[in-house]
Amino acid sequence: MNYHWDWGIFFKSTGVGSEIYLNWFVSGLGWTIAVALAGWAIALLLGSVLGVMRTLPGKLLPTIATTYVELFRNVPLLVQLFIWYFLVPDLLPTPLEMWFKQGISPAASAYLSVVVCLGLFTAARVCEQVRTGIQALPRGQNNAALAMGFSTAQTYRFVLLPQAFRIIIPPLTSEFLNIFKNSSVASLIGLMELLAQTKQTAEFSANIFEAFTLATLIYFVLNMSLMGFMAWVEKRVRIPGMMGGSK
Amino acid sequence: MALDFSQIIPALPGLADGMLLTLKLLVMAVGGGVVLGTLLALARLSDNLLLSRLAKWYVNYFRSIPLLLVISWFYLVVPMVLSWITGDLTPVGAFTSCLVAFVMFEAAYFSEIVRAGIQSISRGQINAAYALGMTYSQAMRLVILPQAFRKMMPLLLQQSIILFQDTSLVYAVGLMDFLNTARSKGDVVGLPHEFLLFAGAVYFVISFGASQWVKRLQKRFAV
Amino acid sequence: MKLCTRLISAATLAALASTPVFAAELTGTLKKIKESGVIVLGNRDASIPFSYYDNNQKPIGYSVDLANKVVEEVKKELKMPNLQVKYNLVTSQTRIPLVQNGTVDLECGSTTNNVERQKQVAFSVGIFEIGTRLLTAKTSGVKDFADLKGKNVVTTAGTTSERLLKAMNADKQLGMSIISAKDHGESFLMLESGRAVAFMMDDALLYGEMAKAKSPANWVVTGKPQSFEIYGCMLRKDDAAFKKVVDDAIKATYKSGEVNKIYAKWFTSPVPPKGLNLNFPMSEVVKELIAKPTDKAAE
Repeated sequence: MNYHWDWGIFFKSTGVGSEIYLNWFVSGLGWTIAVALAGWAIALLLGSVLGVMRTLPGKLLPTIATTYVELFRNVPLLVQLFIWYFLVPDLLPTPLEMWFKQGISPAASAYLSVVVCLGLFTAARVCEQVRTGIQALPRGQNNAALAMGFSTAQTYRFVLLPQAFRIIIPPLTSEFLNIFKNSSVASLIGLMELLAQTKQTAEFSANIFEAFTLATLIYFVLNMSLMGFMAWVEKRVRIPGMMGGSK
Repeated sequence: MALDFSQIIPALPGLADGMLLTLKLLVMAVGGGVVLGTLLALARLSDNLLLSRLAKWYVNYFRSIPLLLVISWFYLVVPMVLSWITGDLTPVGAFTSCLVAFVMFEAAYFSEIVRAGIQSISRGQINAAYALGMTYSQAMRLVILPQAFRKMMPLLLQQSIILFQDTSLVYAVGLMDFLNTARSKGDVVGLPHEFLLFAGAVYFVISFGASQWVKRLQKRFAV
Repeated sequence: MKLCTRLISAATLAALASTPVFAAELTGTLKKIKESGVIVLGNRDASIPFSYYDNNQKPIGYSVDLANKVVEEVKKELKMPNLQVKYNLVTSQTRIPLVQNGTVDLECGSTTNNVERQKQVAFSVGIFEIGTRLLTAKTSGVKDFADLKGKNVVTTAGTTSERLLKAMNADKQLGMSIISAKDHGESFLMLESGRAVAFMMDDALLYGEMAKAKSPANWVVTGKPQSFEIYGCMLRKDDAAFKKVVDDAIKATYKSGEVNKIYAKWFTSPVPPKGLNLNFPMSEVVKELIAKPTDKAAE
């Protein structure tokens, strides 16, 4: 077999400027984190609004939220990404289109597309968790709050949401981890995040095995640290006396 | 921007071939994934510490890396490793590579569903089975698993719908599934937007239809 | 005693004479093909006119025709008239690993034979020679690489152009934003939709992309070639028997002059998908390559 093992490859020059391969992995990891965090901010905000809408009385607002969820949950992520990256810019008004295509760097336009895409995609999932969390609360909570003269907004703000969010931390954690993993689709539109840098390293250095092994390790460690962080958050915000609170 | 969907009709036979490949991949991946996932769940719940640790490690491992990375591993790297081991040029096609990647990856997710399903069956049942003189495997096969599967059927189907959408990721390795065929056909006739929208609509109709059906099933299966 | 010796030498002679008939035991790729009854060819989806899809999703092109010559030779060599041919789509990034890992037996597309790649795979005798240049809109004002300073430039991931461009950008501090698209079709889409002002690639491929454009007359190939590169068919390393079959088939096509017909079909006649003519007459270097086939990389 003609394979030249070289675990020291990460410290060797890439032949591009003065960079070594490790630089590529660091910069790739940076993009992965930047995509995931920005996408998560959108997902959490929009998902919470939609989740609340689904539990509101009346017909219009729940219907809008439900339609959103069905639409974004039933089209593959990759199709959504292509729509945001290839199609939507062509629909923009000309000045905005020119800004998107030429005014900002290609990395920035790919970044914007993928952040919007992942944010809206994940929002549909967050919405369902928030709804489940609110509906899991005893109805008495809502009634009690209204009886005390709280407006609907106040009821959600001070009574329902603080409890609901605590309940759904575990499923939210798994969505939070998913957005990091899903960010790898950005490699398919040329954003040089971790997976794209891995493939480029494999291609430039011919040390495909080493490159993929390092990438796997990075994703694994990243995932474990995020899980640890979320477990810490869950513990910090736990209400004594509630489910699992006494532990 | 004016959209021109007229070119989709002559492309339909090719698109149907792509969809066939997608569905074939889906059915085989779900089958393999559920079998491997069930074995993992049983290992996880077994009294053998080593087995249970290994299964836990497997699930954690596959749940922490992106599916796209797994597909690339199995497409580009694993066949090379195989040929070092066997010393032979084992022909592994793109389809097989992707299928194995999906089975290995999805098994981690299916196993969590199956584990929850088994744990939802009351402990008394397995004790009763033992009291009747059944072995562990008999108790699992004849008493626990049939009930567990009935309970978790909706969740398994839901996961399969997610998998149906995830199969589009084989685009990354150039397998001609439905999405990739649509992209390629759109590129040839210079109408990439129209073919992309069409592909999205087809995925939506199938996924949405299937999930509505699963919801109805869920109500019927509710105990 | 003497008789005995004579008998032995006669037997040896007979054995030697019969070797071509009972060919030495097959090894490597030929053995794999014989056993599986299938040869897997790597194809590209948008390397016009070397290897790309026609409207029926069938791989066609100059390199595909040459690969078919090789298939004919393999059929003869292995006495397998019914040898099955399978195509496996490859991209610039996946082609080398896929040949190495046994998925693809032979990749004839638009792959440059260079010293670096020779460490990983083997190449047939050269099948084409290109220069790496730029495709840009006639109105863009870009004449050469120096004009790209601070601009968006697209190239295809996994190509020699990508390396050249990235290295040039760092060395000469041009401050370009480089987009690495997945395949040539996507690179051209980036150029056509205005996201990049120029597309750096092998000149023949750039003419091929032009032929596919909505209005070919708007585009121009320009710039001083940054490298000259010879294309070859890619196969696994250290497989002399298979390499010989591949080389023989290609050399025979050169010798008989049939290559001129194949060349004319793809470079100076209308080609699918739009029936446009690339008007890319055979260059002196390609003529030279055909007259004196070599499997060495370009200087």
